[in-house]
Amino acid sequence: MNLRLSAGPHFVARESTQTLMLDVIIALIPTTAAGVYLFGIRAAWVLAISVISAVLAEFIWQKLAKKPVRVSDLSAVVTGLILGLNMPPEVPLWLPAIGSFLAIMLVKQLFGGLGQNFMNPALLARGVMLVSWPALMSVYTLPVRVLGNTSVEASADAVSAATALIRPSAYSTYDLLIGNIPGAIGEVCKLAIIIGFLYLLFVGTISWHIPVCFVGTVALLSWILGSDPLIAILSGGVLFGAVFMATDYVTNPMLNIGHIIFGIGCGVIVVVIRKFGSYPEGVTFAILIMNILTPLIDRWTHRRVYGMVKKHA
Amino acid sequence: MRNEKTTMRGVFINGVLNENPVFRLVLGVCPTLASTTNAINGLGMGAAATFVLLGSNIVISMLRNFIPDKVRIPAFIVVISTFVTIVQMLIQAFVPSLYEALGLFIPLIVVNCIILARAEAFASKNSVLHSAADGLGMGAGFTLALIIIGVVREILGNGSVFGIDVLGASFQPMLLAIMAPGGFIIFGLILGIVNSIVNKIGKRSAGKGAEA
Repeated sequence: MNLRLSAGPHFVARESTQTLMLDVIIALIPTTAAGVYLFGIRAAWVLAISVISAVLAEFIWQKLAKKPVRVSDLSAVVTGLILGLNMPPEVPLWLPAIGSFLAIMLVKQLFGGLGQNFMNPALLARGVMLVSWPALMSVYTLPVRVLGNTSVEASADAVSAATALIRPSAYSTYDLLIGNIPGAIGEVCKLAIIIGFLYLLFVGTISWHIPVCFVGTVALLSWILGSDPLIAILSGGVLFGAVFMATDYVTNPMLNIGHIIFGIGCGVIVVVIRKFGSYPEGVTFAILIMNILTPLIDRWTHRRVYGMVKKHA
Repeated sequence: MRNEKTTMRGVFINGVLNENPVFRLVLGVCPTLASTTNAINGLGMGAAATFVLLGSNIVISMLRNFIPDKVRIPAFIVVISTFVTIVQMLIQAFVPSLYEALGLFIPLIVVNCIILARAEAFASKNSVLHSAADGLGMGAGFTLALIIIGVVREILGNGSVFGIDVLGASFQPMLLAIMAPGGFIIFGLILGIVNSIVNKIGKRSAGKGAEA
């Protein structure tokens, strides 16, 4: 085993992989609950299948590769849950299963398991599905219920509709905030995402740098390019991506300065794809591209060890 | 090992298995990725490259004592491009659909590094018959690899094998498999599987050799 000691001081932490993952799951509870409430039982099926498939894929791989089975560290549950929240509620139910297997086996385990993947597994799986089954992955429907308004009858049939990114004028800011818009299960209810973000900040699982820089860059650039910055943030998956996916420990830089570069990079790519690309939303690809750049950012920003002399170029 | 490589059969088998140009030497990745969107294209590209390999290996081996060392690469290229032109015209005349599908990649066989590598590493140093066996073996190995990758990509991306529908109408094809990134991913996965199998076989036969 190759152990590398970083510069001191060192201290003992109570955190383990399991407690960190548990914190992420707790932070995802409001989003998950809101998604299931808004989109009905169908969304629950999608989420359940993607979580179960992810855990199953991890278990099968670790059995086949004769590695210790570490399903109980909950990282597969988080991957599956985030993947499920990234899908539209009306996808055929085999799609989340395939996505979870791709995420766990292709992206995570083939590169050496937890901590070795160079890209966010759930995001890459979503990217693969978006490219492979574009028609199935972009059937967006209006929520069957409205948050805080019980007088609206829950309709049994889902009505497909254009997302707020394609028709920004169709939805009010309030609709965007509470999730009364078509979209992926987890991305629509911004209020729930913000609650999750505050929880993660409060328990210290993530720092504010990536989400704030990411969202701030999107707002600023959208404003410069002539759109309403608030709507740019609240429509699409920027908030969900910034809080839950760009902050994945494994695939973002080590230091805060790196986090800031990472967040700004994500924001720039999102706006560029939205404004000039052929896809309406670019959060997936933006975070994936910055994941690839992470080792480079770490090289540029590495911390000088105390007492080490700066090398002359 | 030395003896096996000097027989004609050994040279041929070596090209297919031990030194399979795609899976073991990882040469010619560009035509491999470009032409394996389905099995038929893979087979066509493999056959065309085999023809060129066989022809250029024979001719270069015959000329090996006349080509001055300093200009050997241009001389090889002239020989190779002659055969590529022949194969291009043949495909255009007899299989125009394949010609359409492969497009630019047929003339690009000239710069296929497998062919130049075999001319440089084998044909310019060995007898005509051995060079012919090497050309056939390398070509067969290349074709085999292209067909394996092509079949996998065609099943995933189109639900068919050699153009015949096998998975039925309800199958939702995975478009990524026939796009460039999917090509890289599937190529990498097959490369890993093949090498782990070959290494296991190698270890087993080495173990047997030690026992005997």
